[in-house]
Amino acid sequence: MSKDIREADVPDAGVGAGSRRRFLARGAALAGGAIGAGAAGAQTADNTPPNVPAWMKQEGQPLSKDPYGLPSPFEKHVIRQGRGDQVMPGAGSLQSPLQHLRGMITPNGLVFERSHAGVPDIDPAQHRLMVHGLVKRPMIYTMDDLVRFPSVSRIHFLECSGNGSRELRSPFGKSVQISHGLVSCCEWTGVLLSTVLEEAGVDPRGKWVLAEGADAAGMSRSVPMEKCLEDAMLVYAQNGERLRPQQGYPLRLFLPGWEGNISVKWLRRLKVAAEPFMTREETSKYTDPMPDGTARQFTLLMDAKSVITYPAADHRLRQKGFHEISGIAWSGRGRIKRVDVSVDAGRTWRQAALQEPVLDRAVVRFRLPWQWDGGEAVLQSRAMDESGYVQPTRAQLIAERGMNFGYHNNMIQSWKVGSGGEVTNVHA
Amino acid sequence: MSMLELRTGVALVLLLALPAAAQTYGFGRPATEREIAGWNIDVSPDGAGLPNGSGNVAQGKQVYDKSCATCHGAKGEGKPADRLVGGQGTLKSDRAVRTIGSYWPFATTIYDYVYRAMPYNAPQTLTPDEVYAVTAYLLHLNGIVGADAVMNAQTLPKIRMPNRDGFVPDARPDTANVPCRVDCR
Ligand code: HEC
Repeated sequence: MSKDIREADVPDAGVGAGSRRRFLARGAALAGGAIGAGAAGAQTADNTPPNVPAWMKQEGQPLSKDPYGLPSPFEKHVIRQGRGDQVMPGAGSLQSPLQHLRGMITPNGLVFERSHAGVPDIDPAQHRLMVHGLVKRPMIYTMDDLVRFPSVSRIHFLECSGNGSRELRSPFGKSVQISHGLVSCCEWTGVLLSTVLEEAGVDPRGKWVLAEGADAAGMSRSVPMEKCLEDAMLVYAQNGERLRPQQGYPLRLFLPGWEGNISVKWLRRLKVAAEPFMTREETSKYTDPMPDGTARQFTLLMDAKSVITYPAADHRLRQKGFHEISGIAWSGRGRIKRVDVSVDAGRTWRQAALQEPVLDRAVVRFRLPWQWDGGEAVLQSRAMDESGYVQPTRAQLIAERGMNFGYHNNMIQSWKVGSGGEVTNVHA
Repeated sequence: MSMLELRTGVALVLLLALPAAAQTYGFGRPATEREIAGWNIDVSPDGAGLPNGSGNVAQGKQVYDKSCATCHGAKGEGKPADRLVGGQGTLKSDRAVRTIGSYWPFATTIYDYVYRAMPYNAPQTLTPDEVYAVTAYLLHLNGIVGADAVMNAQTLPKIRMPNRDGFVPDARPDTANVPCRVDCR
């Protein structure tokens, strides 16, 4: 039972959503009566018991139809979507459809995207990584060179520090995709940056590394040397295949647990220096304004966060009874240790089950069984990581940081279930 | 250390642990000075990376009107793209206006960013003289330099931006929520 209800309850957030709703409605109408519209084909015919489905009566599509596999056409509504506030087509973000994702891994086509000057079409044969500055041996690497180095694969989340920035002042996102969709989790494969830096021979005065992208923004950030040597990766593959162009094909920096922007995509240059470069993206942007007029700089770590992805805004519960509350949690400080869920706006909390494996700085799926009595409820989740850090409330964040910060908003999110079953984004 | 250990690769591991002793893999090739010069576009607060050349406010107005105003407004007021002028004195308010003039800590960042990323539709096409000039103009529109200012590799790093001391280090974790279970609020 739960599966059918669950599928019907999951809305079709986003562009192209209507088609699924219409299809479901049409299917229901046909199932309820009119048989014999025979000419209408598989989609409109009644393929439910006792009838033999049309797709059993003929050979299916040739195996060669989509040499690169695509989702079922019935999943067309499961796409990334922006906030509709872009100045230029290439400067903005696309959110991941969290309401449609089921486990911990984000499929490559649905990984969120944030770019500042479009997605370059880079020929990997002509892509070069230059390593220079305070090094003994300034070097140039081709992609073939880089994939020859010893490689590692690691599962980590990637989150834009602007994820949820609009939620601080008032409930903004009409769905969890828009409110929280700037986070994804992939298996990343590449070479450790420490390996490549050791080849170049870092001068002991080198304390920062400028990472520069080969896009039209020449995206550039200064990375502390400590992080470069600790766990930074030069990534060329995600979830088993080469990076998607939107994710930095053919090469990106990846800094586990840190804000997405500093994991510079389309990486072309690493320059070692004694001081940070004070690029635009670490001064004008990606700094956190405080109420006293100062701003925190180099706020790189992503703190623990969680969000319920079902039921969430834009969902509608159609039946009382069992619903599995489900969501995701992650922390830049390490493993998620516990996620608590409240259905009464934070008065009482129950511990959710964490889906194994619970990995260091990776998304973890949590679940909690819930009986909906048909009345109003306010759902919240609260993550705690292995460092003991507990995801804060909105009031706690505002008390510390005022109203001007936007990056690094990891407040506890509230979804209100109305007595009609409609779910909306609220502050509670 | 026995010969056996050597043969089983302990020596290699030791080599890896020593920073920068020598190349272990030897992939890639040395970058030539010419190659580096073509890509080495960053400019630091101390002025490192600034090229030869210069530009003044009047020249900068010409560059701005021609290459920037359509996206940033006639006088840098913004729309459709970022506002570049004004906002000084607003950083403590609930509706702070953050621009080059009110927020940016270093004038060198203007040079670095404008050359690498602007104009948005033609990055890395302005000459050093043009970038110095438009930088001078943006500083002038923000009341930071006079109408007769000339920017070059010597003058630009000496500009003291109004919000130079406005940045502080990360202070997180700055909240201490308690994982309460019952009677929480
Ligand atoms: C076609 C539109 C367009 C043109 C022309 C243009 N810009 Fe921009 N500019 C943008 C966009 C879009 C951004 C923001 C990019 C991003 O999202 O990272 C921007 C950002 C900037 C910023 C950073 C603002 C901040 O506060 O962080 C500066 C400075 C700037 N532009 C200067 C210039 C100058 C100088 C010129 C002319 C030489 C110019 N721009 C021409 C679109 C434009």
